Amino acid sequence: MVIVVVLVLLVIGSLLFHWLSPWWFTPIASNWGTIDTTIDITLYITGFVFVAVNLFLAYAIYRFRHDPSRRAHYEPENKKLETWLTAITAVGVAAMLAPGLIVWADFVDVPEDADEIEVVGAQWQWNFRLPGADGKLGEVDARYIAPDNPFGMNANDPAGNDDVLVSSNELHLPIDRPVKVLLRSKDVLHDFAVPQFRVKMDLVPGMVTYVWFTPTRTGKFDILCMELCGIAHYAMRGYVVVDTAEDFDSWLAEQTTWSDMQAIPAGNAIAGKDSFAVCASCHGQQGEGNVAMNAPSLAGLPDWYIARQLDHYKRGIRGAHQDDVYGKQMAPMANMLADATAVRNITAYITTLEASVPTSTLDGDPSRGASHYNSCGACHGAQAQGNYALQAPRLAGQEDWYLKRQLHNFRLGIRGAHKEDTYGHQMVLMARSLQDDQSINDLLAYLNTL
Amino acid sequence: MKALKILRSKPWLHDSEVAVAAPQYAGPDTAAAGRIALRFFLLVVSVLFFLFIITFLSRSQYPDFEALAGAPWQPFTDPSRLWFNTGLLAFSSLAMQLGLAGAHRGKLNIVVAGISAAAFFAVMFLVAQLDLWLHLQSMGFYVGGNPANSYFYLLTAVHGLHLMGGLMVLSNVVFRVWYDDELSSLSSPLQLCTTYWHFLLVIWLVVFALLTSRPETINALAAMCGF
Amino acid sequence: MQHVAIADQIDEMHDPQSFVTKYIWSQDHKVIAIQYSLTAIFVGLVALVLSGLMRLQLGFPDTFDFIDPTAYLQFVTMHGMIMVIYLLTALLLGGFGNYMIPLMIGARDMVFPYLNMLSYWMYLLSVLVLLSSFFAPGGPTGAGWTLYPPQAILQGTPGYDWGIILMLASLAIFIIAFTMGGLNYVTTVLQARTHGMTLMRMPLTIWGIFTATILGLLAFPALLVSAIMMMLDKVLGTSFFMPALVSLGESLDYTGGSPVLFQHLFWFFGHPEVYIVALPAFGMVSDVLATHARKNIFGYRMMVWAIVAIGGLSFIVWAHHMYVSGMHPAFGFFFATTTLIIAIPTAIKVYNWVLTLWQGNIHLTVPMLFAIGFIFTFTHGGLTGLFLGNVVIDLPLSDTYFVVAHFHMVMGVSPVMVLFAAIYHWYPLISGRMFNVTLGKAHFWFTFLGTYAIYLPMHYLGFLGVPRRYFAMGSTDFIPESAQSLNASITISALIVGVSQLLFLYNIFWSLRHGKQAGHNPWGATSLEWQTPDVPPHHGNWGAELPRVYRWAYDYSVPGAEHDFIPQNHPVTDTEGTAGDHGESEK
Repeated sequence: MVIVVVLVLLVIGSLLFHWLSPWWFTPIASNWGTIDTTIDITLYITGFVFVAVNLFLAYAIYRFRHDPSRRAHYEPENKKLETWLTAITAVGVAAMLAPGLIVWADFVDVPEDADEIEVVGAQWQWNFRLPGADGKLGEVDARYIAPDNPFGMNANDPAGNDDVLVSSNELHLPIDRPVKVLLRSKDVLHDFAVPQFRVKMDLVPGMVTYVWFTPTRTGKFDILCMELCGIAHYAMRGYVVVDTAEDFDSWLAEQTTWSDMQAIPAGNAIAGKDSFAVCASCHGQQGEGNVAMNAPSLAGLPDWYIARQLDHYKRGIRGAHQDDVYGKQMAPMANMLADATAVRNITAYITTLEASVPTSTLDGDPSRGASHYNSCGACHGAQAQGNYALQAPRLAGQEDWYLKRQLHNFRLGIRGAHKEDTYGHQMVLMARSLQDDQSINDLLAYLNTL
Repeated sequence: MKALKILRSKPWLHDSEVAVAAPQYAGPDTAAAGRIALRFFLLVVSVLFFLFIITFLSRSQYPDFEALAGAPWQPFTDPSRLWFNTGLLAFSSLAMQLGLAGAHRGKLNIVVAGISAAAFFAVMFLVAQLDLWLHLQSMGFYVGGNPANSYFYLLTAVHGLHLMGGLMVLSNVVFRVWYDDELSSLSSPLQLCTTYWHFLLVIWLVVFALLTSRPETINALAAMCGF
Repeated sequence: MQHVAIADQIDEMHDPQSFVTKYIWSQDHKVIAIQYSLTAIFVGLVALVLSGLMRLQLGFPDTFDFIDPTAYLQFVTMHGMIMVIYLLTALLLGGFGNYMIPLMIGARDMVFPYLNMLSYWMYLLSVLVLLSSFFAPGGPTGAGWTLYPPQAILQGTPGYDWGIILMLASLAIFIIAFTMGGLNYVTTVLQARTHGMTLMRMPLTIWGIFTATILGLLAFPALLVSAIMMMLDKVLGTSFFMPALVSLGESLDYTGGSPVLFQHLFWFFGHPEVYIVALPAFGMVSDVLATHARKNIFGYRMMVWAIVAIGGLSFIVWAHHMYVSGMHPAFGFFFATTTLIIAIPTAIKVYNWVLTLWQGNIHLTVPMLFAIGFIFTFTHGGLTGLFLGNVVIDLPLSDTYFVVAHFHMVMGVSPVMVLFAAIYHWYPLISGRMFNVTLGKAHFWFTFLGTYAIYLPMHYLGFLGVPRRYFAMGSTDFIPESAQSLNASITISALIVGVSQLLFLYNIFWSLRHGKQAGHNPWGATSLEWQTPDVPPHHGNWGAELPRVYRWAYDYSVPGAEHDFIPQNHPVTDTEGTAGDHGESEK
């Protein structure tokens, strides 16, 4: 008879768990309250059936437990009872389905005054495009995608010139304006999901899908990729910030348009050489790095990576954590570069330097390290050559003591924890899969062989 | 309707109706079992080709699809080579039918001649299909070049594999007859093989029709399926 | 078709003599069934270990050095694929289908024994190919068990090279194996039933297996088609499913293909696959419930109709797995409606199982406990399915832990409960000995309570919005710290459940030698498999003469009868004519 008691306890326990559970939908921030209502209806109906069926089951087991003096009732079927049960079930099902279909009709029907914006997914980052002053998004195609055209804009389509290209993972939206989000993927399936908005939709390469909602609450919400998209799927994060109309406008004004992006001049290496004199005191004349000064090798690093790091130092995204001893030394140095032009010049100069061969300072087993490198190689490349599309810097040729320190910093959130450090945040997640010193040494020993 | 009647019967009653519904059981029947299994197998193969064709129609509606017939430079605008191959397969089917008729009348010579001719023409068909592949390759229609090309190679390959499977089964049947030297045991498996041969001919005709369809026909078919 | 070798005479059976012909190259359906079962259970244990590793990472992130994101996705993928295809499908149809069909319908063997043997060896080959991917360069595929392109065959996904190729090859081989076996099962049921065994006199186990086999024969080609086409995309660079894309910064040569097309094909197989697993389980649990409640299954005809209806409907609900896939949203109306309609026959089955217990005379044996546990878990899993099937509710819940919890309840725990019920129920027949009841009960409690402790809380992670297939959650604004403790408790439950399966294995193998002799028909069952002259049944099953069937499979507690069960092969006595009408007269 234990099973009877257990069944009853499980029913009660499930109800208690449901009522006491602190884990429930996050407070809604969109117009889709009707979805929550549909869920409530379904929850009440299914909850009732769950309780009724299982309590009846428990009672039947108790009431008709084995008794040698009694025989079971012989009853092949009972048409009346079965018909009634079927009918009641059908009514219950209809009661759940009907509201669902009504809400779905709303979901399918996008309001005509909805603003169109575009979300672009790629392994493993979110970017966004807004239509600009003309209210029209320019034509895009996968075949136009290039290092200087990450969105795949068609240069011949004038509608695209004023398109606002957001290359960070943070999207701003004005409150109380319905928005139709067009979803586009450069490579594999992704899914644009913001739990507070309730709705989500896949991004499918080769086609444009959409989802619409009206943000109803200001705040900053996580975007999560919810369709498996490869090794760093779990690190594909972004943010939607819902702003008041004024805040949104001022954010929008700061963003770069497609024509701005095309107008950025190339860096001047000769001008950059002069500013590099300061850097050379620690990083060496050839940017080869200096372990005594705790300065990593710069030669061989791609310009876009150096530029991003300098920018991060300047804006306190990197080198601001109190435990980041050497980062704190670098931050004021970076601040000596006045503007974006100075940064472009110096990075242009650094790319002219010859990459040096690093010296190995750690003791590790390269063959064990190779298996750890599997996950790293997805972004940094099989030869650790780096990959612009993933914003993953070259690792081959870098000093192992420096990489080790950075892995430690990432693991402890000393580097990469800042909200605006998109790629650093991914590295925090990735670095945490390495648990001990030996694994890191093995990994770096393998890197030294590349 | 018979199925409905069976499903409505009340098995707990011991009335005469249930007894009548019971099959007159005289031990499992080899030939009948073979027929049932073949029917299901043909159903499975039909589903396989049906799904390939559905995906073909769906895929045909994407802009990069270039049907293999229609424009003068497309290989199947002139389907004469395909007609020739079809003729080979039809002869093979016909020969199987003749061989089967021989088996029914107990004439070993006709059986041997029929099966041999069927096998010969089937192999010739496969060789001709292979030659067609090489021909298309030489014209620059590679498998990855265009989805229409991919489907051509895919459908002909899957059809060819089924025919090869049929040939293996047929050779096994012949082998057993050779050893048993018993013509009567041949009739039933030969019947199954013949059905299979005709089925493959029908499948080929469908594939043929699809591959030589002009873009308008394909678009109309796709529209009918809702793509 | 060539090896038509049906034995209707015992001396034609070439009773195998040597060990090799008896246990290795055997054509006896019972030996093949056991070969299938042992292989499936072995590979299932591999998948169980994988799930334990995956749970360790989720419960205790940043702890285990050997689980990195690559390995984690590989564990997830292989766990899912093995459990669904190579364990559940193989064990339910290859194992129980093989064992039960000839015995329950009164045949000496499958109609094509040689084909049956080939089916097993092909299955074994598919398992070996699958397992070999663990040792291939790059390891097994980590694309998720759904293997969605483009990522399944592109860099950035674990095992995008050898792993996925071996997986697709293994699936193709499995489908060939299944088709061989499936043709056999269908033909045997249609052609080799003994005297008097009408279709409606068959036990529900056979109805479930029969319908599931037909579903499998019609659904697996869809998987084969998608596997072949994806293989060509991978190896020959065709563009069936692959659109123009830029993978990790590199423009590839693919053009114009449709990833959604793959999803349609996959789920056209994938949804019937749920019922390929569920229907045999429905059938077997019905027989276990009836036998141990000493009562006929309630509403037998309705149960058969429900099986057939569910089987038919399962082909028009597939796109409920794709509500957020980017397919045309208007499909949502159709598929939500069909999906919720399928709940009606399913609910009827649940009612009839409970009503079978009502007014029964319930023996709480180990198989009965598992069957009752199944009713509980299946009710739970079925009801959460109503959330996901209802298209708008799927928007917030799809790809969260709610989905994981739902399908594990309905397709993992529930069929496994039935499998255990069935193994304990038929163990005395298969081995001739009784299992240890105490160990069996302990196994039940660990499994039943443990799995509920895993999956009930998991639904709530899903409500919260925690995404599935995440190696680590990292930091978010909406997931509280407490969710991690919940994850840890789920992991602990999972490990306990995993380890407690050793009780089962120990019991099964210990009892083979040390169990009590079971004797004939220890449960007092009516169906034909218990009426063989020898226990366990010998080669050819029935001795000199095939049994003759006079009644349906559920004559339990017939009023006026001497015992509380009358086997199917007992002739109808004169006094019974009225008794048989009893139920009829009540309505």
